[in-house]
Amino acid sequence: MPAVSKGDGMRGLAVFISDIRNCKSKEAEIKRINKELANIRSKFKGDKALDGYSKKKYVCKLLFIFLLGHDIDFGHMEAVNLLSSNKYTEKQIGYLFISVLVNSNSELIRLINNAIKNDLSSRNPTFMCLALHCIANVGSREMAEAFAGEIPRILVAGDTMDSVKQSAALCLLRLYKTSPDLVLMGEWTSRVVHLLNDQHMGVVTAAISLITCLSQKNPDEFKTCVSLAVSRLSRIVSSASTDLQDYTYYFVPAPWLSCKLLRLLQCYPPPEDGAVKGRLVECLETILNKAQEPPKSKKVQHSNAKNAILFEAISLIIHYDSEPNLLVRACNQLGQFLQHRETNLRYLALESMCTLASSEFSHEAVKTHIETVINALKTERDVSVRQRAADLLYAMCDRSNAKQIVAEMLSYLETADYSIREEMVLKVAILAEKYAVDYSWYVDTILNLIRIAGDYVSEEVWYRVIQIVINRDDVQGYAAKTVFEALQAPACHENMVKVGGYILGEFGNLIAGDPRSSPLVQFNLLHSKFHLCSVPTRALLLSAYIKFINLFPETKSTIQEVLRSDSQIRNSDVELQQRAVEYLKLSSIASTDVLATVLEEMPPFPERESSILAKLKKKKGPGAVSVNELEEGKREGGELNGGGERGGDSSAIAASNASTPSPSADLLGLRAGPPVTAAAPSAGSLLVDVFSEAGINDDGFLRDLEPTTESSDSLLAEGPGDSDSAPPSVVSEDPTPLPESDELLNKFVCKNNGVLFENQLLQIGIKSEYRQNLGRIYLFYGNKTSVQFVTFTTTVTCPGELQSQLNVQSKPVEPLIEGGAQVQQVINIECLTDFSDAPLLNIKFRYGGALQNLTLKLPVTINKFFQPTEMASHDFFQRWKQLSQPQQEAQKIFKASHAMDTEVLKAKLLGLGMALLENVDPNPENFVCAGVIQSKAQQVGSLLRLEPNAQAQSGEQMYRLTVRSSKDTVSKRLCELLAEQF
Amino acid sequence: MQFMLLFSRQGKLRLQKWYAPLSDTQKKKISREVIQMVLARKPKMCSFLEWRDLKIVYKRYASLYFCCAVEDQENELITLEVIHRYVELLDKYFGSVCELDIIFNFEKAYYILDEFILGGEAQETSKKNVLKAIEQADMLQEEAETPRSVLEEIGLT
Repeated sequence: MPAVSKGDGMRGLAVFISDIRNCKSKEAEIKRINKELANIRSKFKGDKALDGYSKKKYVCKLLFIFLLGHDIDFGHMEAVNLLSSNKYTEKQIGYLFISVLVNSNSELIRLINNAIKNDLSSRNPTFMCLALHCIANVGSREMAEAFAGEIPRILVAGDTMDSVKQSAALCLLRLYKTSPDLVLMGEWTSRVVHLLNDQHMGVVTAAISLITCLSQKNPDEFKTCVSLAVSRLSRIVSSASTDLQDYTYYFVPAPWLSCKLLRLLQCYPPPEDGAVKGRLVECLETILNKAQEPPKSKKVQHSNAKNAILFEAISLIIHYDSEPNLLVRACNQLGQFLQHRETNLRYLALESMCTLASSEFSHEAVKTHIETVINALKTERDVSVRQRAADLLYAMCDRSNAKQIVAEMLSYLETADYSIREEMVLKVAILAEKYAVDYSWYVDTILNLIRIAGDYVSEEVWYRVIQIVINRDDVQGYAAKTVFEALQAPACHENMVKVGGYILGEFGNLIAGDPRSSPLVQFNLLHSKFHLCSVPTRALLLSAYIKFINLFPETKSTIQEVLRSDSQIRNSDVELQQRAVEYLKLSSIASTDVLATVLEEMPPFPERESSILAKLKKKKGPGAVSVNELEEGKREGGELNGGGERGGDSSAIAASNASTPSPSADLLGLRAGPPVTAAAPSAGSLLVDVFSEAGINDDGFLRDLEPTTESSDSLLAEGPGDSDSAPPSVVSEDPTPLPESDELLNKFVCKNNGVLFENQLLQIGIKSEYRQNLGRIYLFYGNKTSVQFVTFTTTVTCPGELQSQLNVQSKPVEPLIEGGAQVQQVINIECLTDFSDAPLLNIKFRYGGALQNLTLKLPVTINKFFQPTEMASHDFFQRWKQLSQPQQEAQKIFKASHAMDTEVLKAKLLGLGMALLENVDPNPENFVCAGVIQSKAQQVGSLLRLEPNAQAQSGEQMYRLTVRSSKDTVSKRLCELLAEQF
Repeated sequence: MQFMLLFSRQGKLRLQKWYAPLSDTQKKKISREVIQMVLARKPKMCSFLEWRDLKIVYKRYASLYFCCAVEDQENELITLEVIHRYVELLDKYFGSVCELDIIFNFEKAYYILDEFILGGEAQETSKKNVLKAIEQADMLQEEAETPRSVLEEIGLT
């Protein structure tokens, strides 16, 4: 037996452990354990009172048995008895047993709490620490109830020993994490912040974890910590490696504390005080400089500690996102690490660069490393590093490099690890869509995806390609041709057959002129795949066939024959059988006209956000795709097809749609046979998210907003004064909106859906629809934490004269939001007359006892009530001249804040709600739009002209925007709103 | 930090410390999963892994793997040094520590960890201070020692 016992050895325990180790089999081990358990049980039950030492030894044996993975159902009482021993080792074993084995709902908790209470008040620092460790280890709610009041006192008392302070700080942190509502802020709060100044580095190290957690939840109450943290950091960073004695780790002064200070600063925006900020920037520069100095030691611990601080500093620089110089330096530093021989550093550099890529200041700098990253994707031996490389390529992708990156990702897919294929497919699909300038490239990319990794192409991806092809007539012929060629392959993936069936059914006529792809050739090609496909695909093909009969009357007899065959009309699958029967009947009795109407080409899908993005986020979990990344795409002009929404919202949004779309095989809207509109709602359909608005917009949730009579009053009959709604007059003081609320409002001028607001606690998603002078907004409040929000209330108010311009009615929202949950609120809006301000949305709730209060502007802007008006060139200029009074015109000349991309501009103008008039302005570079604003009181016709000037004399890209409308206030407001958009 | 596991190359768990409330079944399941995952890694691979919504940071010392699970925003490199500092503490306390020391004195391994990391956060990073605390406790127990029976001395009870 090894003589490794240290301190007070319990020989009996050592012998027992040796015995267990000597057991040759699992059975022998269990036998030995059972023997020991029986022995201990009899000792505990025996008449003879056990002395403390024996009790300790047996409790320790039980603990050992438990840690081996066996259940222990006795001995708890003996352990609790040990707590009140005045021998330290006995107490210590008792506490250890309880920390490991006692769960929070134990009946013993009161006894345990009692013992802890005694030790806490013993004034013996060693005992106090033991008790605090126990609370920190168990952290149950009962313990929080008993001690959450006492521990802050111990923490800030002047005469508490340093070691006790350290334990108390972390103990309180644990209680705050498990029961935030029980830890009440009080006068101790400010004194805790001042622990950052403590002389004892250990106390600062322990306290800062507590302060960081509290600051995250109550930023305002703790904001004084910023300047304290900066000065502490500055002292550490500028100290020599020996100054901090034992807190220097391999020549790096206080690495743990430095990292934590930098992490704490990430809870706040950059310091406002110039001196503090200057000092901090100096610290960050010093840290970046030190990275370039030769190492003081060859040990990996030295470089790890040094680089841990460096990465944390870079995180802070990225968090501030306001110092271009530091951002670029950070990027260069990471660039060096990309080729470092340490795998760990390469991994972290790739990871960190991902976030740098989303900053506009460093995006370009990150892009310069593209070759290295592509090389990493190809050559790294560790799949987790390759995964990071793929993530980074995704993050650094923009218009300029999209083709290269997509091509590299596609070629990587051929050999990619199975574990990351599905995610790679989603990413390729998103990039291809986001940066498609020419849609034939997009179609090629998606078909390649299906070819290379068909099994990993989820339904969202192939639905999306169909949506896009249907919506863009310039690509339909190309898509038909390409898909026809792809189907020539002897073995092609079923997803390819689906896309092929759908596209040829819609647009096969576009390639039918070529004898090599004549209607019959197309049909035979599709039908040659039929027998290899699953039932849903077959159903889709049957629908394609009936569409063929309409497109190509010459195929009618062939197809009818197929439909009539026993394998179709008597198919054992009821869906296939029904389709065959109905399509056959339809093709024989309907006249050509009826057939043409029923089987008309699919109408364009309403532009909506990509559900692929939502899927990617769901897969990766929150945080994987940041809002920045989405914004990034938009900045680059990817909004053509809708940028995307946060994952959390999409399901709720889909669910909120009153009419549910039909199941997957029903892409053609023919499921129930004619007539087309008979699509039955089918809950749980996979298509819900993709097609929830497809083609059935008229049945959408706005229907109940339509006035039934000419008076729209009836709709909002509950009106102000109703207790459910939020009458503006009830709120005495108008809340002040957040400083960024104007910016948030501007984001939504040209779009209706997205993330309205997000902080560490709360995310608010918005989805809105407008018709005539009415609107409905869905707000989705998501609790990002794991703790419930209580007394959650929201109030919508119309400040000032807005009260008489808008009628806003909000339904009350659930007062409680569970951790991770989302609740929805509906707000109805009626535009009475034109307006300039935005309604205010005030949100109040309690999170962990602290009141949260924020006010945003609800993105309701006058342009939401636009009705597009199409008109010819002549009419446009005639009306333009009619609106020639000076006050009817508003004009602004402004610098472009985004790249001048025609497609982006068009998308934005369309999003504005006016009709974008082609071939009207003699100068093709200019854009003109027309629309009528619908309000209850009047209609305001408006015309708009946007003149980009890519090379103004200053070298800047400029715009001149002119708005004319029949009402001066409208012209002015529209001009203001739009000047922020380009 | 959410948890720390020490296990041998054969996958035997030598120490487990949980900083988040989990049931025994969950703990067993997680240990199994993490141990399997880490043991499957080849040498020279990077020391960080994404696992569920956490990051696993691990390092091997002789026959023992030290493995921490930290939240997403935690710093990987400093976590790696948390592991190293813990190894140093064990080494200093036991005098060139080996797996057997941790098996036979598991309670000490827990005590040392509690002095260094509490509730998942660094409590005291100074090696000197941590060891001072442990040695003080050892002193206390030696003072409290009472003579034991012969049977106990030869380990028969």
